[in-house]
Amino acid sequence: MSETTTINGESAVNPFIGSAPDQFVNGSLPDARASADFANATFTGWRRENGRVGVRNHVLILPLDDLSNAACEAVANAVKGTLAIPHAYGRLQFGEDLEIHFRTLIGVGSNPNVAAVVVIGIEDQWTNRVVEGIAKTGKPVVGFGIEGHGDIATIAKASYQAKRLLQWATELPRETCSINELWISTKCGESDTTTGLSSCPTVGNMYDKLIPLGVYGIFGETSEITGAEHLCKERAANPEIAEKWFKMWKAYQDDVIEAHKTDDLSDSQPTKGNIVGGLTTIEEKALGNLEKIGHECVFIDALQPAEAPAKGPGLYFMDTSSAAAECVTLMAAAGYVVHTFPTGQGNVIGNPILPVIKISGNPRTVRTMGEHIDVDVSGVLRRDMTIPQAGDALIDMIIRTANGRLTAAESLGHREFSMTKLYRSA
Amino acid sequence: MNDKLQAGGNGAGRQPQVLAHSPKDNVAVAVIEGLSADTQAFGVVTEDNTTFEVFVRHDIPIGHKVALADLKAGDTAIKYGQDIGRITKDVAKGDHVHVHNAKTKRW
Repeated sequence: MSETTTINGESAVNPFIGSAPDQFVNGSLPDARASADFANATFTGWRRENGRVGVRNHVLILPLDDLSNAACEAVANAVKGTLAIPHAYGRLQFGEDLEIHFRTLIGVGSNPNVAAVVVIGIEDQWTNRVVEGIAKTGKPVVGFGIEGHGDIATIAKASYQAKRLLQWATELPRETCSINELWISTKCGESDTTTGLSSCPTVGNMYDKLIPLGVYGIFGETSEITGAEHLCKERAANPEIAEKWFKMWKAYQDDVIEAHKTDDLSDSQPTKGNIVGGLTTIEEKALGNLEKIGHECVFIDALQPAEAPAKGPGLYFMDTSSAAAECVTLMAAAGYVVHTFPTGQGNVIGNPILPVIKISGNPRTVRTMGEHIDVDVSGVLRRDMTIPQAGDALIDMIIRTANGRLTAAESLGHREFSMTKLYRSA
Repeated sequence: MNDKLQAGGNGAGRQPQVLAHSPKDNVAVAVIEGLSADTQAFGVVTEDNTTFEVFVRHDIPIGHKVALADLKAGDTAIKYGQDIGRITKDVAKGDHVHVHNAKTKRW
């Protein structure tokens, strides 16, 4: 049984399983566009107090720690339109592990896709550290400690503030912004051999076109560069950055893999899903993965997890896990506002504050899991779509997403918020 | 797919059944569903748009690799023009290449 609907003049068949992405090609545009053709592209976003532009307007209810999740979720339930992002950690962490925790929470609260923040923690001191970190952006932020008051009184106080901030945020006007004000991140998942042939080069083509215009880009996935590290190192802007990057990659090999492996990584890298999709080795996976950074741009810095870029527009590397939710969460914390996510076998990830655009070139995945895919580039495998055309289709979808179109992941309620944890707590 | 999207076409508009990245590659990827054994498959090298044919000896699921040459155990599998690992069992041209006869050199 199926029914037909019409959206934007195009009929769409809605069978029970899957549904095709709703992308449409604008016949008035040339076959393939060059970087300069996007120079005057605009979107409407929210300009924040610090000058950065967001494409979403969330009022976050942010727990400092696992113990405060219940209160945060109660506030988000009381004040409709706010967003709680519960997570698993925040107690008895120390050293670099604790620094990443604070950088992630402060970074996510500071992200321009967030209009205002209510922080709730079990005690005041660390709660205030997060509040003060976010307050540096100039955006409204308030914090509440639970100890000495209990959940119910805290929820009541926080809910009054959340309602006030929500009503303020919903009146903020959008303004026209240049495409070069976007910060666009990338990370792929449930890769297969089609990602290296189609969806990853699509992202690479997008970066080759938009980075020269002044966009910020970022890629990570330290473990998944193994096998292509010689090629990645060559893409650093200068020998100093190349060496900084190589140290990060080597440290991962020595401190994580060599220190913790029990036999080899064949059971997790490539993943079982990768192997079903035809990827045989980490080298093969890495070479496909690296297609995401295109062929023209170089990376101008190698960042710590959740570290914000500080060298101006350009492409950055971040030392991240290759697990999708952890990596995308760190990129949200670094201030990125739109994420591009190539998938082969059909990763369904989303993020609470960072819209995640899914790109797939695997015709079986587009057919069976189409409701998760925003940009269908399966034409690349049929050789009836070129990589530059696929890059254009992705840029069009980035602009539509920035203008407010909910991604497949947002529509389906995917809000994976996963903190990176380096080692056991005290 | 949209009519205007033809710029990548070649091979007189034939849709490829397998794609290789580089002319140096000794494996290619099945890009259609249902590529079955005993098929003379049409392929394209994406780097330079040259075409080739390979007689496929096994059923190859979409996304999986087929050997473009006879390979011996210990040989290097080449894809993207790069080393993607070690062949662990002899492979004939047209065979399915995957975890049963190839392995990483890294871990």
